[in-house]
Amino acid sequence: MSAATDTSEAKAGLNKAWVWIPLLLFIGFATLAAFMLTQPKNEFVTSKMVGKPLPEFDLRPAAQDRPGVSIANFRDGKPKLLNVWASWCLPCIAEAPQLEELRDSGAEIIGIAIRDRPADVAGFLARHGNPYTRIGADDLSEVQLEIGSSGVPETFVIDGQGVIRHQHIGDIRAEHVPMLLEKLQEAK
Amino acid sequence: MKRLIALVLATLLAGPVLSQSAVPPAPYAYTQLADPAQEAEAAALMLTLRCLKCQSQSIADSDAPMAGDMRHQVRVRIERGESPEAIRTWLVERYGDYVSYEPKVSATTWPLFAIPLLLFAVAALVLLRRLGANRSDSEAETGS
Repeated sequence: MSAATDTSEAKAGLNKAWVWIPLLLFIGFATLAAFMLTQPKNEFVTSKMVGKPLPEFDLRPAAQDRPGVSIANFRDGKPKLLNVWASWCLPCIAEAPQLEELRDSGAEIIGIAIRDRPADVAGFLARHGNPYTRIGADDLSEVQLEIGSSGVPETFVIDGQGVIRHQHIGDIRAEHVPMLLEKLQEAK
Repeated sequence: MKRLIALVLATLLAGPVLSQSAVPPAPYAYTQLADPAQEAEAAALMLTLRCLKCQSQSIADSDAPMAGDMRHQVRVRIERGESPEAIRTWLVERYGDYVSYEPKVSATTWPLFAIPLLLFAVAALVLLRRLGANRSDSEAETGS
C-alpha cells in the first residue's frame, strides 16, 4: 500500500463526514423551530417613550362630572397614573376594582378615554366606578399614538414633571397594585 | 318566524360590532387625500407600517379602529408636507423598529444581510476549487 492511496482514503473519509453536515444543520434548525413554536409569544409592543416627556396636548372632558386633561395637569410636581381606557373595552372592566384600590391607596389617576361617546363613558363609570380625577377624550387616538401606547387598557406612571416613568400593558391585576404604587413612589 | 330568525341573526352579528368603539372613524381613515400624488405617497407608506392591534397586517390592510387612526395621522401629516420617512421615524421613535415593515440594517438584523453574502462567498470558493481541481486533473490525464 503506497502513501498516495493512504491520503486519498483519508480524504474520502473526510468527505463522507462532510456529507452529513447539511442534514445535521437541517435537524438543528428544525429542532430550534419546533422548540420556539412551543414558547409563548410576547405580543406586547412596548412604548419607546418611557423616560421621555408627555407631548403637549389638551383634551376635552370625556364625562360631564370630570374636567378634561392637558399636559399642565401632569406638571404640578405630584406623580400620577395615566390610565388609557375606553368604555367599549372589556379588560377595562376587569381592572376597575384595582384602579379603585390604587385610588384608595393615595394614587391620583387621570384617565384618557379612547374613541368614546360621553353617554357610554357615563354609563361605564356608573356601572364600574369612577377612580379618575380627570378624564380626557382622545377621539382620534392622537395622545395614545404620541405616547407609544398600542391598545387599551394601558397605564403609565408619570412623574411630577410630566415625564413617563413606567408603562403597564394590559389590565391591572391584583398582583400589579403594589408594583404600581412602588413605581409611583420611585417617580417622586 | 322569519322575523324571529332575522332578529336572532342580527343580535348574533351585532356581537363583534358592540365590542368595538361606536364612534365614527377618523376623518382620513377611509377618505383619500384630494391630491393624487400625495395620496399615492401616503398609500405607499401605509403599506409598510404595522397595525399594532392586528400585528401581521399593515395599517393599509386593517380595519381595526386604531389602524384607521394611524392612517389618519399618515394622511394629515403628508398633507401638511411631512416626508414619508419623517412620519416613519416619528412612529419608530414611539413604537420601535417593530412598527415598520421596511427592512433595516441594525445591530440585531445585520446577520440576516451578512450570512447570505458569506454563504455565497463560501459556495463560490468551493466551486472555484473543485472546478480548478478537475481541470488540473484532466490536464494531468491528457498529459500522460
